[in-house]
Amino acid sequence: MTNIVSLLQAAIVFGTVILFGATGEILTEKSGNLNLGVPGIMYLGGIAGLVASFFYEKGNPNPNVFVSVFISFIASFAAAFVGGLIFSFLTISLRANQNVTGLTLTIFGGGVANFFGGSLNKLAGGVGQISVATASGGYRATTPLASLGAVGEVLFDHGFLTYVAIAVAVLVQLFLDRTRAGLNLRAVGENPGTADSAGINVTKNKYLATCIGAGISGIGGLFYVMDYTKGTWANDGTIEGLGWLAVALVIFATWKCVNAIWGAYLFGLLSWMYFYVPGLTRSSQEIFKMLPYLVTIAVLIVVSLRNKKENQPPASLGLAYFREER
Amino acid sequence: MGTEAAVQMKGITKCFGATVANNNVDFELKHGEILSLLGENGSGKTTLMNMLAGIYYPDEGQIFVNGREVSITSPKDAFNLGIGMIHQHYKLVDVFTAAENIILGLEEKGGLDRRAVSAKVKEIADRYGFDIDPNQKIYEMSVSQKQTVEIVKVLYRGAEILILDEPTAVLTPQETDKLFKVMKNMKADGKALIIITHKLNEVMAVSDRVAVLRKGVYIGDVPTKDTDPQKLTDMMVGHAVTLNIDRPQYDKPQERIEVQHLTVKDAEGVSRLKDVSFNAVGGEILGVAGISGSGQKQLLEAIAGLQPAEPGSRILFKDEGGKEHELLGKDPLSIAKLGVALSFVPEDRLGMGLVGNMDLTDNMLLRSYLTGRSIFADRKKPKELAQKVVDELEVVTPNLQTPVRKLSGGNVQKVLVGREISMNPTVLMSAYAVRGLDINTSYAIYNLMTEQKMKGVAVIYVGEDLDVLLELCDRILVLCDGEVSGIVDARTATKDGIGLMMTQNQNKEKEGQS
Repeated sequence: MTNIVSLLQAAIVFGTVILFGATGEILTEKSGNLNLGVPGIMYLGGIAGLVASFFYEKGNPNPNVFVSVFISFIASFAAAFVGGLIFSFLTISLRANQNVTGLTLTIFGGGVANFFGGSLNKLAGGVGQISVATASGGYRATTPLASLGAVGEVLFDHGFLTYVAIAVAVLVQLFLDRTRAGLNLRAVGENPGTADSAGINVTKNKYLATCIGAGISGIGGLFYVMDYTKGTWANDGTIEGLGWLAVALVIFATWKCVNAIWGAYLFGLLSWMYFYVPGLTRSSQEIFKMLPYLVTIAVLIVVSLRNKKENQPPASLGLAYFREER
Repeated sequence: MGTEAAVQMKGITKCFGATVANNNVDFELKHGEILSLLGENGSGKTTLMNMLAGIYYPDEGQIFVNGREVSITSPKDAFNLGIGMIHQHYKLVDVFTAAENIILGLEEKGGLDRRAVSAKVKEIADRYGFDIDPNQKIYEMSVSQKQTVEIVKVLYRGAEILILDEPTAVLTPQETDKLFKVMKNMKADGKALIIITHKLNEVMAVSDRVAVLRKGVYIGDVPTKDTDPQKLTDMMVGHAVTLNIDRPQYDKPQERIEVQHLTVKDAEGVSRLKDVSFNAVGGEILGVAGISGSGQKQLLEAIAGLQPAEPGSRILFKDEGGKEHELLGKDPLSIAKLGVALSFVPEDRLGMGLVGNMDLTDNMLLRSYLTGRSIFADRKKPKELAQKVVDELEVVTPNLQTPVRKLSGGNVQKVLVGREISMNPTVLMSAYAVRGLDINTSYAIYNLMTEQKMKGVAVIYVGEDLDVLLELCDRILVLCDGEVSGIVDARTATKDGIGLMMTQNQNKEKEGQS
């Protein structure tokens, strides 16, 4: 019983990181931009939040929880937003290849984050010595509901970002489905020429969706740093792995945020399963870690076989748009 | 609605580079009328209308809407003036419903109330007699349903002036009748309509007045009731021009290709070619005339093995020894090996046959990379060939390493035609080889064709310009709507006669119905 509870808890924590990543990427891809820089953007979001709280708490003898949480959140979103801006400028304004730009952004984000993360460790006096106790405590604070037995532990023993992730996913889905702006944005991702001739500003839509999407993805990195690893920095490349899982989750969810919510927790469950299956050797553990990717491939196959248009990626995903090509 | 014209265009000129698409055109559209804008391909009909729709901006001239001078710089400006154009290529998002497509980009107040939109769409549909389900997805629709969505989209935005660019090109006769009924309903409602077309029977059936353009020049307009197809054809094609293309006669003609009952259907099940039979003879240029989209492309592709045909069709190739080969069912490579070469120059010129990013040598290599014994491609011969094509056809290029896309259109075409000729074909098919070329280059290509003919090659030449076809070819096959409306001797045929044959079948069909 305790095993199941802790597996579910771990799955939800894990799922929250990639749910942020996937929600942001769905918003981006709906505008027709395939941003493969998600891992890099999550790196940027993570390190920016950490740096912001670190310096605030270092310079203040009595750091305020709300201030520390607030500035790290803003810093994280802003850094990721800038990552999205770089991608947008290169691919929308300069019409660079989206795949190449995204992969480069992943490498760039990882490099920048690990550079600052390493420096931060040095400033703090060694690996594992970074202290952002106030902010991390704020992110991980739970409500009294958490003590309601097993149900409470599974559902309510989490920091507030866990619930923000679900709320953001639902809101993005509502925006895409139920508003005129969402309809226009989807039109841009499906057929920018049509959108353009209907008087929709293609460039503006792509920029906004990509930058805000990147900001949302970046919060996934912040959650990882503040909640998952409790306010430390390790140059172990975990964020990158989670970033790629977020990209896989977008495909798994067939570009629907609502599917991404349960998909994220399923991915979490599958990723942590090895820990709870008795009698596994190190090598057989790795097979279990493959499961999220196998499931994604299975979904891709099923979706392709069914060939239902609604489950396909946005029609002009990954393509640059020039008006003159009409 | 005053007494002034809905639209008036004065002295409109529009050039694309050196080509004059419209030359000092005066044009008028009245309220409550259907006007046909008639002309051959490339006569500047669509260009003229695109200037009303805000796609192009005129180089010279003035546009008045309801008597007021206006400047239309974007599709949005056109919408605001109540002008809506239904293009040939529909601008719709496939995964959206009809209603979603209709309101796309509109800045109406309030949230997205799908039910209210559907109700308004239904109301418009009922008023004019459209058949439309607002909640149907575009990808589930037939072509004519998509067209309906486009028209309703324009009406939803409050258009008073509608321009339809060849709306019937993709419709069945029944759907066309339905469209015409709706157009007449709109006219009765006081809207002004322009239908761009080159089908004479449709002009006669639906319009009140006909305006004719020829080579960018406004020839004139007549009330439909005062004219007939013969007079309109005269206005459309004009008088024959003498070009002085050399046309020698070859003394040992031999039959090369025999096409029997060729029928081709497209993915949607619409017949593109219907029961086409003819033969191509070595030492002769067979011209193919017809309005664009009458099946020329399908015909050449079927012979080259790129287009599957319906059962009952036969395409026979007769080789040197008189042996017959059935080409249908063979793959393009083995057909090419028999000596059938195809050089097709599509609208975008590069689309078929050449790879834009590869240089001249590599493009030559495309034809020969499978030959030779080594596992490495032999680049020496293609290089020599490229040099030969460049020298003989006077291709202007910095060197052989230049990517083909960087050459000008004419030079690209020379490379393509030159390569196909270098294969020493027994049958040479060429479509629109002189598209967009200047006079001198065009003559160079005509000479190449004639040279091949005198070598005993059977040349099939699909062209747009009737004057050229009449002087270059030995025989002319006229296609109309996928059917052969006649094969004539180019030495005795007249331009009027061919022009009429290009539109004849439609008239026959109409007569048959009534």
